[in-house]
Amino acid sequence: MTLLRRGEVIEDAFASAVGEESLPADGAVIVDLAQWQAQRDALLSRGAPVGVWLRPDDDPRALADDLSKLAVVALEFPAFTDGRAYSNARILREQLSYQGELRAVGDVLLEQLHFMDRVGFDVFEVRSEDAVQAWKTASADIDVWYQPTGDGRKTALQRRWGR
Amino acid sequence: MYRYDEFDAELVNDRAEQFRRQTARRIAGELTEEQFRPLRLMNGLYLQLHAYMLRINVPYGVMSSRQLRKLAQIARDYDKGYGHWTTRQNLQLNWIQLQETPDILKELASVEMHCIQSSGNCIRNTTADEYAGVAADEIEDPRVYAELIRQWSTLHPEFSFLPRKFKIALTGSPNDRAAVKVHDIGLIMHRNDAGKPGFEVIVGGGLGRTPFVGKTIRKFIETRELLSYLEAILRVYNRLGRRDNKYKARIKILVHETGTEEFTRMVEEEYTRLAGGALEVPQEEIDRIDAYFAPPDYRALPAASETLREKRAENPAFDAWVEQNTHAHKQPGYIIANITVKTPGRAPGDMSSDQMEAVADLSDTFSFGELRVTHRQNLTLTDVEQDRLFELWERLVELDLATANHALIGDIIACPGLDYCALANARSIPVAQEIATRFEDIKRQKDVGPLELNISGCINACGHHHVGNIGILGVDRAGEELYQLQLGGCSREDAALADITGRGFAADKITDAVETVIDTYLELRNDGETFLDTYRRVGMDPFKQKLYDAA
Ligand code: HEM
Ligand code: SF4
Repeated sequence: MTLLRRGEVIEDAFASAVGEESLPADGAVIVDLAQWQAQRDALLSRGAPVGVWLRPDDDPRALADDLSKLAVVALEFPAFTDGRAYSNARILREQLSYQGELRAVGDVLLEQLHFMDRVGFDVFEVRSEDAVQAWKTASADIDVWYQPTGDGRKTALQRRWGR
Repeated sequence: MYRYDEFDAELVNDRAEQFRRQTARRIAGELTEEQFRPLRLMNGLYLQLHAYMLRINVPYGVMSSRQLRKLAQIARDYDKGYGHWTTRQNLQLNWIQLQETPDILKELASVEMHCIQSSGNCIRNTTADEYAGVAADEIEDPRVYAELIRQWSTLHPEFSFLPRKFKIALTGSPNDRAAVKVHDIGLIMHRNDAGKPGFEVIVGGGLGRTPFVGKTIRKFIETRELLSYLEAILRVYNRLGRRDNKYKARIKILVHETGTEEFTRMVEEEYTRLAGGALEVPQEEIDRIDAYFAPPDYRALPAASETLREKRAENPAFDAWVEQNTHAHKQPGYIIANITVKTPGRAPGDMSSDQMEAVADLSDTFSFGELRVTHRQNLTLTDVEQDRLFELWERLVELDLATANHALIGDIIACPGLDYCALANARSIPVAQEIATRFEDIKRQKDVGPLELNISGCINACGHHHVGNIGILGVDRAGEELYQLQLGGCSREDAALADITGRGFAADKITDAVETVIDTYLELRNDGETFLDTYRRVGMDPFKQKLYDAA
């Protein structure tokens, strides 16, 4: 697995404790929503960054009050055809004003990076051999977008009217 | 009609190039068929029984003669010289090579056409009333909003991996000619008390194995708020629609299982978060698009043409065609002419490249170079001078496209069925041909009166059989092709699903069964009643008796 932040490969600073009985002694960690809800105080008192991993049927609004405390929200694509995380990403970014890292994990297909980019993901867990090149191709694929999303990119309509 | 500006054009070109790269990756083996499948589907490419099938969008059914000529040329150069007009107001080509599709997409882009989202689990080509902009009974031209929806739904970053395909249809007239109530979202235009135009929003209609007539979840949404409201519906569906079972994944199942009231509440809640936001359409944008749909340079003409009256009196065949195949226009002296692509003995909706080119010429000569594709698989010339209608008809006769059967029993909808489709249980085209031939006599068809007969080759209902006044469904019973007969369906504003008559009929008996239904109706009907009127009055029993008791 390669972790890609926009065009660059990055190190994964987070260990995953999803499904684990106990938390690692130290270091940045990602837990799932149930773990977060059960061990919120313990996680915050560890003094290391915390991320929450959401399954597609988890409601991102469950994190509404905690988002400023989270370093990462990871949204799972159990299959590339399961598009729920696209909506969850926009809810986090546009309605809950989440500012931290939004990570796409699971079956993340290069052909979908440009959609993910637009709904607010900034880090992608991909399987590709040459992720950087793949990113370049995918992000250059489409230059015109009709839909206003939280990424602030100008839509065709705004460009048309010079806004 | 709408013309692409630099942004629209760039997107379609980008997309064609993107698909060229993806196809190359597939051919080189870098993408598996499973990974390639959703990509090709989003570009309209299906793998069928004998070859790839390509579905080309005709956005809301409106095209220019230049575009039609391009379609004719593509059908000739890359297929076998004909194409198939479909219930989705699209053109389908049935014999396509994978390696050639990037070139086809490029050719399409050169005339502002594409196949984006003509299949796959995304928002499909939006369909509309074929008389949009010219019908006398219209409140406002819905094409402006169809174009806004086309743009909003094209490569939507959030809604390209929905639980299932998603179809939107709209009409600007209270007389629904676009079957909006059997779409995932149907929109019917109304005016509010202040005289402002807006849409009634109907959700959860659909056919397939679990048919439903859609439910109204909002009586009125202002036009500038339309996209925000659609986005709210799609977001609720994308998050909550079922993904565990593809047969239960359409929005109709979500609406049904959640209940209309609760579903409406969720949509309204999401809408309050989106209302007045970035999706609100500025009036200047509505005006910009509207200007493309400005009426053509109509001549000032008297309301009724003397020439037309004379020609009708002289020529009974022409008179019959005018009576059946034309419709009132809102501009004095003009008329809407329907070309039924239902010549007896031919597959409904099939048209050769030569015919397409000839019809393109006719639209240049008689109708400002524009045409429509209808959801009943026909073509329409919307702006014909009444004075010149006879001349047009003569040309259509030469092309074998002047059958006077519009909206009659010969004007059959039929899906491709077993002749092309990998999912079919039974043939649809030969059944359509046999029925059309049995009722070939136009006088007899006219005597039977308005009647929609729809045929699907399997439960997926691409041929709209559930909403045919008479519907025929191909089923497979222990290896035998049987045809189930259904009565009383309707796709109009008073939409209803048809009832099944009983056990199915063998291929060589189904036409007789249809004839029995027709004869029974003719015996029972009161003056002025259509088939549907009579069926609604007398119900299934008398038909059932005639169909089964004798046997
Ligand atoms: C030839 C290959 C075709 C295949 C494999 C195919 C496949 C399907 C399937 C699987 C469904 C059921 C979807 C569901 O209920 O979730 C369906 C529905 C439908 N298709 Fe097709 N189809 C084909 C051709 C066509 C054609 C030629 C048209 C006309 C444009 C068409 C229009 C429709 C319509 C109107 C429906 C039912 C309405 C609804 O979506 O509920 N299909 N098709
Ligand atoms: S109704 Fe069935 S047979 Fe007909 S085109 Fe659709 S999937 Fe194929």
